[in-house]
Amino acid sequence: MAKKPNKIWAWHKRVMEQNSLILTVGIIGVVSIGGIVEIAPLFYLDETIEEVEGVRPYSPLALMGRDIYVREGCYACHSQMIRPLRDEVERYGHFSLAAESMYDRPFQWGSKRTGPDLARVGGKYSDEWHRDHMRDPRSVVPGSIMPAYAFMENTPLELDVIPGRMRALQRLGVPYTDEMIDNAIEDVRTQVDPFSANYDAFLERYPGAPVRNFDGNERVVTELDAMIAYLQVLGTMVDFSTYEADADANLR
Amino acid sequence: MAEHEKMPVDEISGVETTGHEWDGITELDNPLPRWWLWCFYASIIWAIGYMIFMPAIPAPPGFDGHTRGLRNHSERANVAVALADLEARRGPMFARLQEVVDEGGVMAVLDDGDLLNFTLAAGRSAFGDNCATCHGVGGGGFIGYPNLRDDDWIWGGAYDDIRHTIVAGIRWEEHPETRFSQMPAYGRDQLLSREEIHAVTDYVMTLSSLTVQAGADLALGAEIYQRECASCHMPDGRGDPSQGAPNLTNNIWLYGGSREQIRNSIHRGPYGVMPAWETRLPEPVITALAAYVYLLGGGETLQRQEAALDPETTVPNPGAEAD
Repeated sequence: MAKKPNKIWAWHKRVMEQNSLILTVGIIGVVSIGGIVEIAPLFYLDETIEEVEGVRPYSPLALMGRDIYVREGCYACHSQMIRPLRDEVERYGHFSLAAESMYDRPFQWGSKRTGPDLARVGGKYSDEWHRDHMRDPRSVVPGSIMPAYAFMENTPLELDVIPGRMRALQRLGVPYTDEMIDNAIEDVRTQVDPFSANYDAFLERYPGAPVRNFDGNERVVTELDAMIAYLQVLGTMVDFSTYEADADANLR
Repeated sequence: MAEHEKMPVDEISGVETTGHEWDGITELDNPLPRWWLWCFYASIIWAIGYMIFMPAIPAPPGFDGHTRGLRNHSERANVAVALADLEARRGPMFARLQEVVDEGGVMAVLDDGDLLNFTLAAGRSAFGDNCATCHGVGGGGFIGYPNLRDDDWIWGGAYDDIRHTIVAGIRWEEHPETRFSQMPAYGRDQLLSREEIHAVTDYVMTLSSLTVQAGADLALGAEIYQRECASCHMPDGRGDPSQGAPNLTNNIWLYGGSREQIRNSIHRGPYGVMPAWETRLPEPVITALAAYVYLLGGGETLQRQEAALDPETTVPNPGAEAD
């Protein structure tokens, strides 16, 4: 196999391969092309997320529910991403918008559906159904293969960690105010008690958040309260009456 | 190396080596497989073409959106077209269903074979996606979630009643017209003593002709029933669909018919919730769903409902929809 001398490779061998510093600089240059292509768009996210009304950060209780969702690995079987495809929109409702997960860190889009998509599960079932279903999924869905999460209704929610987690999200750009963080633990108690004196202030901080006793147990705030509070708000925030799906900027 | 030199050739494979040597180990300088190389070049060309024809690059700060590409492709525009196409294909049937129901009532659907098939198919599909999770795939229900196939209706089984329940939900506080009533939690809130709850439990069981234990204080139970329960469940126990008070005389139990389950219901005061579907489902789908649930077998005609309110009349067997 005759091989012709190649000037480029000769140069490569002479200059790049025999000077470690030049080789290092060259590697950094090539690798950063990939990095820039992937990272640069993140610096102007404002341009890539559609403008909608209604999306707000999670209430502290729902935020804890989200953390439990992540902890239990729910994302391994449930997606939170309704794709813009006819059959998905027919089954689950309006396709998901980027704006709906802009305060999720990390987002829970998922990549696999062993169970159904949960992007718009909020308000689809009653709290009691969620309680029955978490305790024993087969009691309401005979063919379900979901594990039971009965321990959640017996596990008190860890409250002390909430302000710290909100502070961390605040640093990442989620618009939690200092007032929200200071009132976090009180707001958790308020969200499970419609007769709380703090009710109006809570709803001012988190407009539209459901306020009720989610797990039916008034003595203690449990992980099940947090989980149901989270599930019941999923996909309900965007005001689709003001969202123009066919506006040019929203066609993507 | 100042210029390209002839590299030593490996004796066994006959391939040039790279000329490097580590403790006697040399490296073959095989060329990349041609097919692989051409696939690699082709995918680079494809990527460039893709960037030109398809949306690819987000706009820099200050500009809106992203590059649209020569094809001006948009998944969201495509799904809008697909949904419009779907609407064009089934919209006329939905309109016909609405018209027939408005003019002749839901039973008129039975006279039109095509429309009946369409209604059952559309209803079953929407039911499977949205209702079966609580009411079961066939509408048979579970404890706490009513059976929709029988002729016992908590909030009324006429077509309009069923439709309103779907539209507004039950105890769904976000909907202004939701169906609402609340049974007191006689035990948990200590409105009745333990003995009184046992007595009224036994009395309620006799309403459905269930066997009660010996020594049950039915006189006390009857007295408490008339005082606490009769205003909603009616003095004869036949219930009142206008306030969602179930009939206690037909041995159909939403929360179970064992003595323990009945006692527990009186103790805690069930508060069953059904979501409102008005904003979740399009109106024609709600109509199809209401017709489907009605036609599952238990739908009441208005005449039968009126007959049921009059205790003097014998209620005909509703198993067959002969009207």
